[in-house]
Amino acid sequence: MHLTPDEMIFWQLGFIKLNATIVFTWGLMLLLAVGSKLITGRLSTGLNPSRGQIILEILVTGIEQQIKEVGLNQPKKYLGFLGTLFLFVAVASLCTLIPGYEPPTGSLSTTTALALCVFVAVPTFGIKEQGFGGYLKSYAEPTIIMLPFNIISEASRTLALAVRLFGNMMSGAMIIAILLTITPFLFPIIMTALGLLTGMVQAYIFSILAAVYIAAATHPRKPQAVLKT
Amino acid sequence: MDSMTIIAVASIIIAGITTSFGCMGPALAEGRAVATALTSLAQQPDASSTITRTLFVGLAMIESTAIYCFVVSMILIFANPFWNHAIAKATGK
Repeated sequence: MHLTPDEMIFWQLGFIKLNATIVFTWGLMLLLAVGSKLITGRLSTGLNPSRGQIILEILVTGIEQQIKEVGLNQPKKYLGFLGTLFLFVAVASLCTLIPGYEPPTGSLSTTTALALCVFVAVPTFGIKEQGFGGYLKSYAEPTIIMLPFNIISEASRTLALAVRLFGNMMSGAMIIAILLTITPFLFPIIMTALGLLTGMVQAYIFSILAAVYIAAATHPRKPQAVLKT
Repeated sequence: MDSMTIIAVASIIIAGITTSFGCMGPALAEGRAVATALTSLAQQPDASSTITRTLFVGLAMIESTAIYCFVVSMILIFANPFWNHAIAKATGK
């Protein structure tokens, strides 16, 4: 019983292994890049855009609105990063409909890599917004005693992101594998549908949590004056 | 009992207990969270999108503790390092 797609190795040369995780990740990257290139190659501002363009517009404006609701006032700056996180995890989960496919997010390596991206992105956006000194000072909020706890919370948030996504994806794949040996036809279909639902929810949660962490790191320190007339 | 038996028995029992606690605790907590969310939805239906989104984020945070318990159980059953070490010692000698 294999836990992760890491264990299915296609090709090996010394210690360089081409396992199922890497192959499926490349396949997803190809799918996302080629698909969006095909759709955005023929953009039109007229009254009859193509169906793909409408789908992409719904996606992009939806993600933008969610980012704005979290509290980031200029969503276009963060749309690339957060949108890519959401789309990658969502499409990785959606493709389980294809037979023989295992989601690469079911491997702890992939989810740790995504969580590390968020771990690096939060200080990057924070320093871009507030400057180096301003961002470092935020670690000493509200008092200097909180400094070690703030640092620990950064690390544990990253770990929690990785393990949450990994656990959800792995449990979905494992339950389907176990059920296939017990009741071959009907029940695994229901569990696949449930796995799709949790995959979408986890994609949303991952990107919303990343947005919340970025918002916490970039919100302005000085309260802005509100004019009441 | 030799060490292999002790490792096996301890792993199996603790895996079961881990999963059971990991299912009970978050289930109670999520039930309370959903109940409070429904109450506040009934009181202010026009804030429903904010309440729903916050509910989902909160549920995911609660669910993650259940996932930690599940991952530990899976490690104990399928990727147990103590068991592998004991097996290696038993077949190696």
